[in-house]
Amino acid sequence: MPTTNEAPRPGRLRRFVLDRLTDATLLVYFAFALLPVLFIVLLSLKTNAEQTTTHLSFAPTFDNYRSVLGLDDTGSSYLRFFMSSLITSVGAVLVSLAIGIPMAYAAARYRFRRSEDLMFMLLSFRFAPELTVIIPLAVLYQQMGLYDTHVGMIWVLQLVTMPLVVWILRSFFQDMPAELEEAALLDGYTRRQAFFRVALPLVSPGIAAVSLLAFIFAWNNFIFPFTLTSGNAQTVTVSTLAFLGGNQVRFNLVAAGAVMAALPPLILALLIQRYLVRGLSFGAVKS
Amino acid sequence: MSVAVPSSTRTERGSPAPGPDTPRVSRRRRALRPYLLAVPAVLLCVGILYPFFLGASYTLFDFSAQNPDPDMVGAENYTTILTSAAFWNSARVTAIYAIGATVVETVLGVGIALLLNRSTILGRMLERVVIIPLMVAPVVAAIMWRLLLNPEVGWVAPIAGWIGLTHTGTDSPVAAMVWTIVVDVWIFTPFVTVIALAGLSSLPSSPFEAAAVDGAGWWMTFRRLTLPMLWPYLLVAVIFRLMDSVKMFDVIYSLTSGGPGSATTSMSIQAYQEAITYARYSRGLTYMLLLWAVVFVVSMILVRYLRRIQSRAAGV
Repeated sequence: MPTTNEAPRPGRLRRFVLDRLTDATLLVYFAFALLPVLFIVLLSLKTNAEQTTTHLSFAPTFDNYRSVLGLDDTGSSYLRFFMSSLITSVGAVLVSLAIGIPMAYAAARYRFRRSEDLMFMLLSFRFAPELTVIIPLAVLYQQMGLYDTHVGMIWVLQLVTMPLVVWILRSFFQDMPAELEEAALLDGYTRRQAFFRVALPLVSPGIAAVSLLAFIFAWNNFIFPFTLTSGNAQTVTVSTLAFLGGNQVRFNLVAAGAVMAALPPLILALLIQRYLVRGLSFGAVKS
Repeated sequence: MSVAVPSSTRTERGSPAPGPDTPRVSRRRRALRPYLLAVPAVLLCVGILYPFFLGASYTLFDFSAQNPDPDMVGAENYTTILTSAAFWNSARVTAIYAIGATVVETVLGVGIALLLNRSTILGRMLERVVIIPLMVAPVVAAIMWRLLLNPEVGWVAPIAGWIGLTHTGTDSPVAAMVWTIVVDVWIFTPFVTVIALAGLSSLPSSPFEAAAVDGAGWWMTFRRLTLPMLWPYLLVAVIFRLMDSVKMFDVIYSLTSGGPGSATTSMSIQAYQEAITYARYSRGLTYMLLLWAVVFVVSMILVRYLRRIQSRAAGV
């Protein structure tokens, strides 16, 4: 074997070829991942005359967005559905935080009877099919006057967001050294003060991240608003699908609706990319 | 800890509160504190368990729009359903969809993660956009794909035309199943990718250096080192993907509504149709409860296995 200088030459070529092959494979996958997005955006900018053509030369128009938002004379209620999504998602996040933060703290800092069972039950909410409770909920909601109301939607949507909040915040609380709180107690803080002035500020990045993620989960949920609302509290995702059901479908309008329904979660996701893995996997994988 | 990867950080376990407490607070109140903190969450659990058990009890009745005064029928709903062809069809559809989607997503997701992990400029750029499909609501994603597949406005037909395919869309049973899986793969492969990337970045480098010194090839290194060390992470992704696709409703409903015929009628679609479309509430609820039982049992087994693997990986 020659010592060093001769070997790299063929190796370098092979390396170069492999790297370009890697790039090519990645680009193919990303074309698959991003072309549908590009397609829907382009379709949403087409005029009625252009929508059934697939060629790309067109003059982009924002008319579809204006129509969807009801800014012209079509009288679309899309804006109301958008607001409805916003109200119910924010509401669900707030309720989840109010209930979830104490629970997460208790599960991270204390070992008490049934704590693991309770945590496991919350995790099972994440896996259980939402359909299982739809019929009884619909019946109960009709009786209680909660059907098709924002309050009713917030109450069910936080079933989706609460387990997320509890599981992720527990992992944030666990990562925070308990010594910091102990030091605060030695300094004469009460337990409550130690929690509000030391623990809570330290996990606040986690709380911010989990709130945005919970918002995305609530916004993207389909089955609850689909079955438990009709007009008043209907959300954007449901109404976008309903667009497709009409007998005179205007595809460019549907596309504009889809883009608008997809935008808020996408923007928020970019803000919390650092925490996404932990959030999506319920803290089971730490990034 | 049910699924959390054991972390090295010390947490207070075993004893109630850390450190000295204000003397005014009695020992008893201190022991009570975690329960007080958990009360709202417990109430929430009860609040959802009530409708759940209410629904479960309806499965023993014959309750439908035609029969709003339910009669007790015992296990009749279960026997009718478990002996019906529709149930076994939906079970088969669910299995094909869930296993197919999970396998493709895992293989593809890990593959993309390995390619991205080489930290070229292109890789770093693509890493930022990889999650886009995952953040779009599944319904909205399905709508996008319905438009893509639409022969009038979509891009699938012309692209298929270039490579000589004439049959596109979801009008044949096989194509419908394939497209629903493709859409699931489109949305959720990034989920596996981001978790695999997080796992890859946390692997220690010394075993790989040792393997390189020993002259192990790429495949050998992957099979004997990367994959086993990555498995605790991947398993989390597999569990989430499998459970979500077993119960998947949004994508299938908005893409094919279970059709053509019953080619993509999964258990959740079947349950929905029985309960909502035909207003046979008890029948639908029985389907839903069976679906729940499947998800519950499978997730229990998988989560147990995960805990074992993770404690072994943590060296306990």
